[in-house]
Amino acid sequence: MTRSLYYQTAALLLSLGLIGGIILLAGGSPGQVMTSMGAGAFGTPDRLARVAATLAPLLLCTSGLLFTFTAGIYNLGIEGQMVMGAIATTFVMRLMQDVLPPVIVILLAIGAGAIGGLLWGLLAGVLYVYGRINDIFAGLGLNFVADGLALYLIFGPWKKAGVASMSGTELFDPSLWLPTWGQTDFSPIALLLGITALGLTFMVLRGTYFGLQLRAVGHNLRAASLLGIPATRQLMSAFAICGGLAGLAGALQVLAIFHRLIPSVSSGLGFLGLLVAMLIGTNIWLILPVACFFSLLNVGSLQLPLSLNLESSLAGIIQGTIVLFAILGRGFSQITTKATST
Amino acid sequence: MKVELRHIRKRFGQVQANDNVSLTVEAGSIHGLLGENGAGKSTLVKILSGFIARDAGQIRLNDQPVVIQTPADAIRAGVGMLHQDPLDFPPLSVLDNFMAGRPGGIWLDRAQARQTLQRLSEQFDFDLNPYTPVRHLTVGERQQLELLRLLSLGIQILILDEPTTGISAAQKTALFAALKHLAVQGKAIIFVSHKLADIAELCDEVTVMRHGQVVGDLPMPCADRQLVKLMFGRELATPAKPPTRRPEVALQLTDVRIATDRLAIKLGNLTVYQGEVMGLAGLEGSGQQFLLLLCAGLLPAASGTVTLHGVDMTAKPYTDYLQAGVGYSPTDRLHDGLIPGLTIQDHMALRAPSHRWFVDWQTMRAKAQHAIALFNIRGQPDSRVEQLSGGNQQRTQLALLPVPLNLLLMEHPTRGLDIESALWVWQQLIARCQGGTTILFMSSDLDEIMQYSDRVLVFSGGQLSAPIPTTELTVDRLGEMIGGRLETDAE
Amino acid sequence: MQFPQIIPILSVAIATSTPLVFACLGETITERSGVINLSAEGTVMLTAMTAFAIAKTTESWGTFPCLLLGFMGAGCVGALIAAIVAFGALTLKQSQVAIGFVLALLCADLSSFLGNAFVRIPGPTVPSLRLPGLQQIPVVGELLFQSDGLVYASFLLILLTWLYFYRSRSGLMLQALGEQPAAAFARGTNVVRMRYLYTMLGGALMGIAGAAFSLDFKAGWSYRHTAGYGWIALAIVIFGGWNPLRVALSCYLFGILQSLASLAQSALPEVPTQALTIAPFVLMILLLVFTSSHWLETLFRYLPEQVGRIATQSISSRPPAALGKGFEQD
Repeated sequence: MTRSLYYQTAALLLSLGLIGGIILLAGGSPGQVMTSMGAGAFGTPDRLARVAATLAPLLLCTSGLLFTFTAGIYNLGIEGQMVMGAIATTFVMRLMQDVLPPVIVILLAIGAGAIGGLLWGLLAGVLYVYGRINDIFAGLGLNFVADGLALYLIFGPWKKAGVASMSGTELFDPSLWLPTWGQTDFSPIALLLGITALGLTFMVLRGTYFGLQLRAVGHNLRAASLLGIPATRQLMSAFAICGGLAGLAGALQVLAIFHRLIPSVSSGLGFLGLLVAMLIGTNIWLILPVACFFSLLNVGSLQLPLSLNLESSLAGIIQGTIVLFAILGRGFSQITTKATST
Repeated sequence: MKVELRHIRKRFGQVQANDNVSLTVEAGSIHGLLGENGAGKSTLVKILSGFIARDAGQIRLNDQPVVIQTPADAIRAGVGMLHQDPLDFPPLSVLDNFMAGRPGGIWLDRAQARQTLQRLSEQFDFDLNPYTPVRHLTVGERQQLELLRLLSLGIQILILDEPTTGISAAQKTALFAALKHLAVQGKAIIFVSHKLADIAELCDEVTVMRHGQVVGDLPMPCADRQLVKLMFGRELATPAKPPTRRPEVALQLTDVRIATDRLAIKLGNLTVYQGEVMGLAGLEGSGQQFLLLLCAGLLPAASGTVTLHGVDMTAKPYTDYLQAGVGYSPTDRLHDGLIPGLTIQDHMALRAPSHRWFVDWQTMRAKAQHAIALFNIRGQPDSRVEQLSGGNQQRTQLALLPVPLNLLLMEHPTRGLDIESALWVWQQLIARCQGGTTILFMSSDLDEIMQYSDRVLVFSGGQLSAPIPTTELTVDRLGEMIGGRLETDAE
Repeated sequence: MQFPQIIPILSVAIATSTPLVFACLGETITERSGVINLSAEGTVMLTAMTAFAIAKTTESWGTFPCLLLGFMGAGCVGALIAAIVAFGALTLKQSQVAIGFVLALLCADLSSFLGNAFVRIPGPTVPSLRLPGLQQIPVVGELLFQSDGLVYASFLLILLTWLYFYRSRSGLMLQALGEQPAAAFARGTNVVRMRYLYTMLGGALMGIAGAAFSLDFKAGWSYRHTAGYGWIALAIVIFGGWNPLRVALSCYLFGILQSLASLAQSALPEVPTQALTIAPFVLMILLLVFTSSHWLETLFRYLPEQVGRIATQSISSRPPAALGKGFEQD
């Protein structure tokens, strides 16, 4: 345990060193970048609120991915599932906004988002389970399709009055926005949804027969079905749950952040969730701190282009490097443990 | 070429697999390496063939020390090994398999390789079509191909690791003839086996290993009793199977036909009684496994009905069979039977029929503890199954069978187990039969079939025999039937 | 509507598929050895940026040297990324999928971050080169031999890869490596070393693909300049059944889909351009999904037996048996 901790710390330090090098290469100074990102994330209550607003969908996605990872599936289709959730949400809102009272429209829209994502997740499941298509490509393929559909809708049937543009569809009426804290982006309801999802995921995977059966299916599908586990049903459930939670995240992007459908409505949070899930491995309790940290990076980096003339993609570089080195560090600690025990 | 292994040592984790092992094999002789599973035979020959790096010791060929660290070194030194599971490339053709790894220029010379292969095949009277993909070959044919390939590389020392597992009687005869022929040519042959009969038939000398050490070198022939005593450190008594068959019918097949994309076979009518043990004999892939899968509810019948204790089970789902007390135990334990990564208590929980949501881990732990004591498993409730030895995995698998168990379907119940574990397994199985369980099992070990079955079904050439009581059968007759002569001669 | 000339369209489709041919053949070689390099999306993007940055910076040295340096730099960066995949997967025995995926995201972000200074500025491009004798051959000449050196190099690469796979001794061992590494080891191959080699070779080709985008077929650099091409390359390898010839043909199929999409822009003005740009990706993926599911094979059973067998064989796509799996020497 201490050995693994030692390697993880070394991995973290190395990755920070490398990130510093990359910043220097781009002509920046690591110290300035840190100050700027810190100010970008903590500087004003509004910015801190944005961190919380990023955290909610990220928690939803990561929770969903824990189900698919447990079942032994790489659900790279999570981005598309978010997009489909956002599309379903937008669809219901456009249909109902002039008919029903706002509260009901919002509730229906959240439900529609979850169902949209769930169906898209199930479709990936059908391709994987019944079509025997590699999980990675079923998911990636459906991402392209979802993106294509969103683009088509934004530039076609749902285009803004006058001229269609990459800025998305018409803004919804503020009465249809998810209530936020004061004038900020922070929506307590969204964060509550995210944390609830995380708690439930933890409980289901650790304590229930469903969780145990998912683990069995993930480790050995054939043996699991011979032991009498309804393997197909559990696999499809994992796809559906993950899709549903991602769809919910997509709904929140529309309802709480953008208030319209935009071309990359997922903001890459689905893939970021995959990174979080890879980084934490089996330590579910690490999700909350890691997701918070990643959200801070995402929001903090938005200041970089303005303050230091650096690209905001630095957040992705920091996240990616940390995860990469964590995986490599895990590998180092495993092979050295093995070498000393034999 | 003469081979000498001197003071070989190898440790895997806590296990000293080879402890100061020395072995000398003269050129032109067939040398048996005998021992139960886990005695260290495979480790020793894998060291000689460069597959495993040794911790200490020396290898000498013709009295000269040689460096063998990788298989490439071994082949260069003239050492070749036939592995227990043929190491080849199933989708590639026989010819491409023959050529892969052969020295030569940049480009492949298929015409020349084909001639070499043909010449060698004729020499040993093997019948291999160069253009067939290897995945369509039987284990015996794949072994023949590997043998020819090694010979074409000019090897002088040939190692065979458990070569008679999974091959037909005719293929075994052809293999033994080829080996004797090679010994006459002056090659040194090391024959690794745990089967006394094979060693007795083939070898000029035998070395017995136990717990990683050499416990004896004997010239052949010698008495089986003496070898068994060396292998186990004591004499073993094989129990006679008591009569367990009852008059009630357990399983009834009526006009059943199975059709898969690989094989269509007419099973017809079959009646099996409670407490009976039915052995299924035949070459691998002759349809025995399909009968087991059919009875387990894992393969639908193309036509006909399956009745269990008077209940029609035809076309019912697998879970109904499980509830009816049908247990299926596949060969490949870590692939089909158990779930690597999960613990013994996880397995117990998975098996526990429950309509609740939450797992009661305390109860499961107690259950696992109980099973560990009852089935004599060397492990803890939270040991992961892949950390257990083969014998303990088989015990765990037995502990997971449904209770009550009405019908038990087993593929190779003792494959890969040492004789002691095998005896233990059959003791448990016979006890189950005395309690009324019916057993259908398939095995490539004819002695096992003869010893434990009440009746035997023989599968051959897409057909199956009528059930024959073992009292009316001999191993030789069984071998003939497997080879294709199903009907008893009229006279 | 005027019926468009088919030969020029095909000729453009073949030429513009060139970067994908490099990327897909690279990935085919890597996967045949048993390793999945899932980082393609990031690798192509980062190498495209690298090539452009190098060529732009050294532009004053003359067109040819700066292009050569650009391609070489891109190849090295591609090989380096592949080496990280190989190190994590082969030496440290971690999930190839996880490492590849992280690198795909990481390298894409790196290309944006480091390439900021090179966005939307003109730079050197590969000049066209008509092959004197060959371009006069009717149809074939116009189809294949009126573009530039890179395109001809890709034809040569297809031929060489095919010859290497099916006619050379080490190519046979490459196939063996991805099927049964233990058996390849038993035949004297150093499995880990060869897998490193083929992974890095594949990565270098992917790097060339990146350079082919930014210095030739999609000249210049912009934010996420090659978005989608890396993922589609991975899909094409599967669609092509890990066979170099079929993989190359699949690249051309994708090129044709892209040409059709751009034709459709003028023919169907009511469909938004953005939707048409992404349409070839969607179509290609749908094709892959359709052919690699076993549903199509079920359909072929209704064809006459001879036809059915040929049809099944031509779309059958069986991955190397040991693809993505580790190899334990003991």
